[in-house]
Amino acid sequence: MKYVLEAQHINKYFRKPVLFHVLKDISFTIEQGEFASIMGKSGCGKSTLLYILSTMDTDYDGKLFLNEELATGESRQKLSYLRNKHIGFVFQFHYLLSEFSVLENVMLPAKKLGEKTFEEIEHDAMEKLKVLGIDKLAKKRASRISGGEKQRVAIARALINNPSIIMGDEPTGNLDSYNSENVFSIFKQLSDEEGLSLLVVTHDMDFAKRTDRIITMEDGKLIS
Amino acid sequence: MINWTIILSIARTHLLTKIKQTAIAALGVTFGIGAYITLVCFMTGLNKMLDDLILNQTPHVHIYNEIEPSKKQPIALYDEFKNSFNVVHSIRPKLTQKKIHNALPIIDYLERNDNVRGALPQIKTQIFYISGSIDIGGNLTGISPLDEAKFFNMSDYIVEGSAQDLHNTDNGILLGIGIAEKMSLDIGDRIQVSPISGEVFSLKIVGFYQSGIADLDAIQSFTNVKTVQRILGEAENYITDINVKLHDISQAVSMSKEIEQKFKLKAIDINTANAQFETGTTIRNLITYAVSITLLIVAGFGIYNILNMLIYEKMNDIAILKATGFSGKDVQLIFMSQAIIIGVVGGILGLLMGLGLSLLIDRLPFATEALPTIKTYPINHNPWFYFIGIVFALISTFFAGFLPSRRAKKIDPVTIIRGQ
Ligand SMILES: Nc1ncnc2c1ncn2[C@@H]1O[C@H](COP(=O)(O)OP(=O)(O)OP(=O)(O)O)[C@@H](O)[C@H]1O
Ligand SMILES: [Mg+2]
Repeated sequence: MKYVLEAQHINKYFRKPVLFHVLKDISFTIEQGEFASIMGKSGCGKSTLLYILSTMDTDYDGKLFLNEELATGESRQKLSYLRNKHIGFVFQFHYLLSEFSVLENVMLPAKKLGEKTFEEIEHDAMEKLKVLGIDKLAKKRASRISGGEKQRVAIARALINNPSIIMGDEPTGNLDSYNSENVFSIFKQLSDEEGLSLLVVTHDMDFAKRTDRIITMEDGKLIS
Repeated sequence: MINWTIILSIARTHLLTKIKQTAIAALGVTFGIGAYITLVCFMTGLNKMLDDLILNQTPHVHIYNEIEPSKKQPIALYDEFKNSFNVVHSIRPKLTQKKIHNALPIIDYLERNDNVRGALPQIKTQIFYISGSIDIGGNLTGISPLDEAKFFNMSDYIVEGSAQDLHNTDNGILLGIGIAEKMSLDIGDRIQVSPISGEVFSLKIVGFYQSGIADLDAIQSFTNVKTVQRILGEAENYITDINVKLHDISQAVSMSKEIEQKFKLKAIDINTANAQFETGTTIRNLITYAVSITLLIVAGFGIYNILNMLIYEKMNDIAILKATGFSGKDVQLIFMSQAIIIGVVGGILGLLMGLGLSLLIDRLPFATEALPTIKTYPINHNPWFYFIGIVFALISTFFAGFLPSRRAKKIDPVTIIRGQ
């Protein structure tokens, strides 16, 4: 089986205000098509780990492989490209460019990647919005839609470049049960039908139980 | 690979959604550049006018016969005292005539020189103006009116009548306006003049002369060379001064030295005669540029400020862009292009504003005793100023945008996302 993501002996320290060993020798893999969730107490280092795995944070020891290629030590320019092409990130807070329309928000990463024409990108973006049931909002400004809608737009944006893996940091943390359920079923569907890999941090036990695998963290260590 | 379409479209969206701040930043540039253009056009116009005032009237080389003590006293010729230290008391100038010996051949010689535009003879003399019982001392200068008008802009200082009138009228006089006022004389009237030693002549007033310097206008009049020669009872080769105008003014010094040596006359070049005027011009230019640069720098700080603020407000956007795969350089370019767009738009509006204002000033009436022929404020419309203006707008916005956009480039998305 192909590994989409592999972490080898990842250690991270925060030096300020005092030296603090946040992540302690973390090693694990995510296979293609796997839907994994990360659970653990607040402050145990889940977000910190996710920022490293998504290549945004480069200040760590150990090795990180994306699609079986070493990402550790690459230039920022190259990491931006990897992030753009292979990783879709969904935040806890719906992070959209508020002055742009929903459609523009979804299209942006694809425009940056520049592999498709404008028409193809627009078509794909509309497709993703349709899958998530928010194609009617396409022309609305991102600041004028509800929280649940924003979360779905963020998922559509994460999907636009057909990434190898989607990472989510409490993507349902801010949603009511109806919308959480909605987001979960979208993830599940993508995983089952399109073979997409997912790695999602969550505090919601029900959510985690329905994923393929639960990774549990405690005090910066993986315990299962 | 840099994807300009997307960078520019993000920059545009940022600018348009913050249209008020954008407009304020652009207006800062507009006022800076507009004021620079207006100021520099006006100041250099003024400078040029003042320079012309002097340059046009003043001969580049003025040749005359100065009454001064001989540089070599007779005792120096006497061999027996050659090795001794001689003290000569009470030196008196040698009696020489004011007349330039061989004036006409000298003029011929000068006019053959390629660098000489014109060499004009003049006769300067003191006379009395007599009207009824009043007589006032003054100067009468014999000139060639048409040549003076051609080479020394004489016409600019003739307020009524013309150089042609003087040329055409035998026994005509171009009277200083101050004398005319004192004696209540008008064109067509006659005025009596008499040289210091001689009889009274009657001359017909053909026009008025106004230099703008009241003291001069109260004594100075002009007439034809021939008329003065007749008044003084001198021959046709009696000339006291030669005024030379050159093609290349920088040759004035060497030319005057050469003439002094060759003809044993006094030759003063324009630089020596007007040393203080150069200083005035330099200082005025200095002030103009100091003020303009200050204006542009202030405009630059305006842009810097607003861009800084914009980046502060756009922290989230920057974090999102970086998280979704935009590189630091892309983000920097997004903010740089905003600065440049503000600079271009503001700069072009500034050029238009400068053009409008300087055209307006160019129309404003400006009447002054000192400059009789000038009717409106002087403006120097030089395309270079516009070029410098727009280049400076771009450079200053570039620098104003550079620091904030470099900050945006370095922003760590993780810090921002954690901050939420
Ligand atoms: N920039 C920082 N400097 C120092 N310590 C930090 C910094 N960011 C986080 N920490 C600490 O690192 C630890 C892990 O933080 P992290 O955000 O990864 O926790 P988490 O598991 O995501 O918690 P939660 O479930 O509440 O989101 C926390 O104890 C936190 O106080
Ligand atoms: Mg967290």
